[in-house]
Amino acid sequence: MFWSSVLLALRAIRRNLLRSFLTILGIVIGVGAVITMVTLGNGATRAVSDQISSLGSNLIMVRPGQRLGPGRDSAGAPRFKASDAEAIAAQIGSIHAVAPVANKGVTVVYAARNWATTVTGSTDAYFTVGNWRLADGRIFTKAEQRAGKAVCVIGATVRKELFGDRPPLGDELRIKNFACEVIGLLQSKGQSAMGMDQDDIIVIPLRTLQRRLTGNQDVNTLMVSAQDSGDTDRIMADLRLLMRERRKIVANEDDNFSILDTRQIAEAMTGTTKVLTLLLGAVAAVSLLVGGIGIMNIMLVSVTERTREIGIRLAIGALEREVLLQFLIEAVALSSLGGVVGITLATLASIGLAKVMQVPYIFDPGINLLSFLFSAAIGVIFGYFPARRAARLDPIDALRHE
Amino acid sequence: MNATSAHAAPENGALIELRDATKTYGQGPATFLALRGVNLRIDAGEFVAIMGPSGSGKSTAMNILGCLDNPTSGAYLFRGMHVENLTRNQRALLRRYYLGFVFQGFNLLARTTALENVELPLVYRGEPRAARHAKARAALDAVGLRQWEHHTPAELSGGQQQRVAIARAIVTDPTILLADEPTGNLDSQRSHEIMDLLAALNRDRGITVLMVTHEPDMARYAKRVIHFVDGRVDSDHHNGEHS
Repeated sequence: MFWSSVLLALRAIRRNLLRSFLTILGIVIGVGAVITMVTLGNGATRAVSDQISSLGSNLIMVRPGQRLGPGRDSAGAPRFKASDAEAIAAQIGSIHAVAPVANKGVTVVYAARNWATTVTGSTDAYFTVGNWRLADGRIFTKAEQRAGKAVCVIGATVRKELFGDRPPLGDELRIKNFACEVIGLLQSKGQSAMGMDQDDIIVIPLRTLQRRLTGNQDVNTLMVSAQDSGDTDRIMADLRLLMRERRKIVANEDDNFSILDTRQIAEAMTGTTKVLTLLLGAVAAVSLLVGGIGIMNIMLVSVTERTREIGIRLAIGALEREVLLQFLIEAVALSSLGGVVGITLATLASIGLAKVMQVPYIFDPGINLLSFLFSAAIGVIFGYFPARRAARLDPIDALRHE
Repeated sequence: MNATSAHAAPENGALIELRDATKTYGQGPATFLALRGVNLRIDAGEFVAIMGPSGSGKSTAMNILGCLDNPTSGAYLFRGMHVENLTRNQRALLRRYYLGFVFQGFNLLARTTALENVELPLVYRGEPRAARHAKARAALDAVGLRQWEHHTPAELSGGQQQRVAIARAIVTDPTILLADEPTGNLDSQRSHEIMDLLAALNRDRGITVLMVTHEPDMARYAKRVIHFVDGRVDSDHHNGEHS
């Protein structure tokens, strides 16, 4: 009985090619759209959170001024000093590393090439805090930091722009008016979540920067990394107290600095992409719904014809359960085929678009299964249940169905 | 399903028999008595036409005889076996193995070739593919449509469609062929061709034919004519003998 039902179902699919095709199309579009949208959204969110975690886990940033976010302009608020970093390292527990950071935008020159970039002055702790790994060479020593030696560690972009294919280690590039030996090459981190090239970087000892480029003792940012992410709240509270004390802020005066941890940075940045993913998902869900309504319409339009067909089958001696099995197999076959085609197309589209958009492709079994089940359910419900109603009619009534 | 019991020797030789069968539709004041106690006996090999005005109960009687419907009261014996108490599925199996149907509206599956339409009852009988094809071709041959086997109903004339329907009804070698106004949708010439075909099936293959019609011209092909009036058998005579 099962095989004859399969045979009958396959015949019915072949006979009603247009109807079958439209049913499959509805499922393909619904499944395909939802999976593609959600997969790309997940990829974008992952890209952002990857960038943030590449900043260094458990990272806390202390900046002068109260304004958050990029393009901060902390005019008026006093800068930090290198001694602030030392005080933090000495007085606050559970800290992995503290790096004072100061920057200066300059043009660097090597041979006939020059490159406009930002030079970062910091200590060896910067590489720990910023989660940087060396591709080659070494970072600067404590002695070099104390002496303010002209040594630098460069990122992949700077190396490519200035040195091309030549090995940079041991060579000297010129930063403004002094020559600086390249002692280390950093591993590439790629683009940041904000679309900035993180490899466009030159790190020199803080004292070198202060003496030779900025001419002052200022530090723009203090980067702190906690030993354990569970401690960040306490560390941030301690940091606040310490900085208020060091900056002589009286009891009811506002902070003239701000403290952010990775989680807050991450929330600010992934928040946007999450909203976008949700939005895309919602749009795709509408197409899933439209696909479902399409299936529903096709099935309901053919109910009269199908009811008569069921009447004929019953009259010539088909059992109710045979008719039902046939229609169930038909509905399941069409829905599954549509689901498989939809998932295949969505996977291809997601991989292709992820490449174009430079976000990672992440296979999400949940959304694949969910959208497949939803479409299949629509196909089965609207293919099977009208058939079930018809199969319960008396054959004569089914034959008379107008 | 005790289908085999239908093969049991009939107690009195009757192929089918209605005993005081009634059928009511609706309930309360809207009750409609379609059959008011019908007694009818048809023997194997007969060609019976059932006639009567609209609402006389002839179609209701036909549906009961075709095991598509159960009488409200009374008995229906098929080869001596009581059918009136059978379940839906048991009646379906009875139809599958003993009955063939021809309808006024042809009732062929759309977009399905003549051959596949004729094969359909054999699929439900679980016959293998080769046997299905051979039998279906033979049945189409019998109705003169062998060369039309790959055409769909939309590509066939009304008369041809009805002949495909007849082929579908006889492909299982049924004990009884039930035809409900088989010529109702056809012109006069096509109607006579269909009646010739039914008469030939009855004569040459010994298939018992039971036909509902309201056209006296068509009833003339039958050996026996039963008139229904108001849910009862009004007259019952054999063609040639005038009552």
